[in-house]
Amino acid sequence: MINWIWLFFIAAGFAVAAVQGNIEEVSKAVFDGAKNGVTISFGLISILVFWLGMMRIAEDSGLLDKLARLLRPVVRLLFPDVPKNHPAVGYIMSNMSANLLGLGNAATPMGIKAMQELQKLNPDKHTATPAMCTLLALNTASITLIPTTLIAIRMNYNSANPAEIVGTTLIATMIATLAAIIADRWYRWRLAAKSAPKG
Amino acid sequence: MYSFVSVVSAWAIPVLIVLIPLYAAYRKVPVYESFVEGAKDGFDTAVKIIPHLVGMMVAIGVFRASGAMELFIGWLRPMLVHLGVPGEVLPLAILRPLTGSGSLAYTADLIGQHGPDSLIGRIAATIQGSTDTTLYVLTVYFGAVGIRNGRYALKVGLFSDLVGFVAAVAVCLIVFGTAG
Repeated sequence: MINWIWLFFIAAGFAVAAVQGNIEEVSKAVFDGAKNGVTISFGLISILVFWLGMMRIAEDSGLLDKLARLLRPVVRLLFPDVPKNHPAVGYIMSNMSANLLGLGNAATPMGIKAMQELQKLNPDKHTATPAMCTLLALNTASITLIPTTLIAIRMNYNSANPAEIVGTTLIATMIATLAAIIADRWYRWRLAAKSAPKG
Repeated sequence: MYSFVSVVSAWAIPVLIVLIPLYAAYRKVPVYESFVEGAKDGFDTAVKIIPHLVGMMVAIGVFRASGAMELFIGWLRPMLVHLGVPGEVLPLAILRPLTGSGSLAYTADLIGQHGPDSLIGRIAATIQGSTDTTLYVLTVYFGAVGIRNGRYALKVGLFSDLVGFVAAVAVCLIVFGTAG
C-alpha cells in the first residue's frame, strides 16, 4: 500500500509537470524535499532526547506501573472475556499506559506481548478474537497526552507557542478513542448476536 | 473554550516535567542518571526516521511543485469551503491511516508552507498528533501472531480515524477561529 502511494506521488507529479511544463521546479523540489527530510529529523533530536529521558525517569520511579494499575478497572470493562489474572491483562495495561505517555517504542512490544497472550485464548488461530480487536481499536486511536513530535516540528518552524496544540490534540484524540470504543462495542454486540444459538 | 484549552496546553508539559522527577526522587531513583540513560534512545529514534522522511518529503515535494496537489485539492475544495475547512488538510485524512511517515511529511510540509501558527498548520498538527497509523498497527499486531482474518478491526480503526479527523478540524476551528 505504502509503495503504491509513494509511487503515485512521484509518477503523478512528474506527469502533471510534463503537461504543465514546470519540470525544473519539480527537479528542484526533489532536492528541497530531501533536504527538508533531514532538517526535520535533526530538529526532532532535541525534543526526543529530552522527552525520552523524562520518560525513563517515569519508568524507573514506577510511575508507569502505577498508571498501569490505575487502568485495571478500565481493562476489566473493555476486555470482559479475558480471565481476571491472565498475563494478557498486565501487558494490555502497560501498552495503554505507554501509549498515554506517547512512548510508541515501548507501547508496541507490550502490545505484541498482549497479542501473543490473547492468541493463547484463541480457539481459531487465524481469526481475531473480539479481545484482539478491542486492543487494536485502542492502539489505532491511541490516546496521547503530549504530541512531542508535532511540538518539535512546530518549534523548528519558529512557532510563537509550539505547545499550543496540546489541548486541541487531547480533545481530538479523546473523541477518536471514544468513537473507536463505541464502534468496537457495537461490532462485539453484533458478533455475539450472530453466534448466539437461536430459540 | 479557547482559554480553557490554552491553559491545558500551557500547563501540561511543565507540570509533567516537575512532577515526574520529584516523584522519582521521592522513590529514591537517581533522577539525572536515569534521565541520561533514557535520553540516549532519543538520538537513535530521530536518526532512524531520516530515510522515511526523506523519501516521503521528496515524493510530496514533487507532487506539490508539479501542480498535481493543487489539481487534487481543487476537486475537493468546493465541498468544504462553506464549512470553513481548508482544502489543504484533506489529503491528510487519506494519508493518516495509511502511512505514518507520509502523513508526518505532509504535515511538516503544510507547516513549512503555511506557517506553524496558521490555521492550516494547527489543524494539520492536531490531526497528525491525535491518531495512530491504522494500517501499520494492524499489520504489526496481527502479523506478530499470524492472524489472517482481522474481522472488523480495520473498519473500527478507519472509523475512529475519520471521527478523529472531523474532531480535530472542528476543535481547531472552535479554539483558534477562522482567523490565522
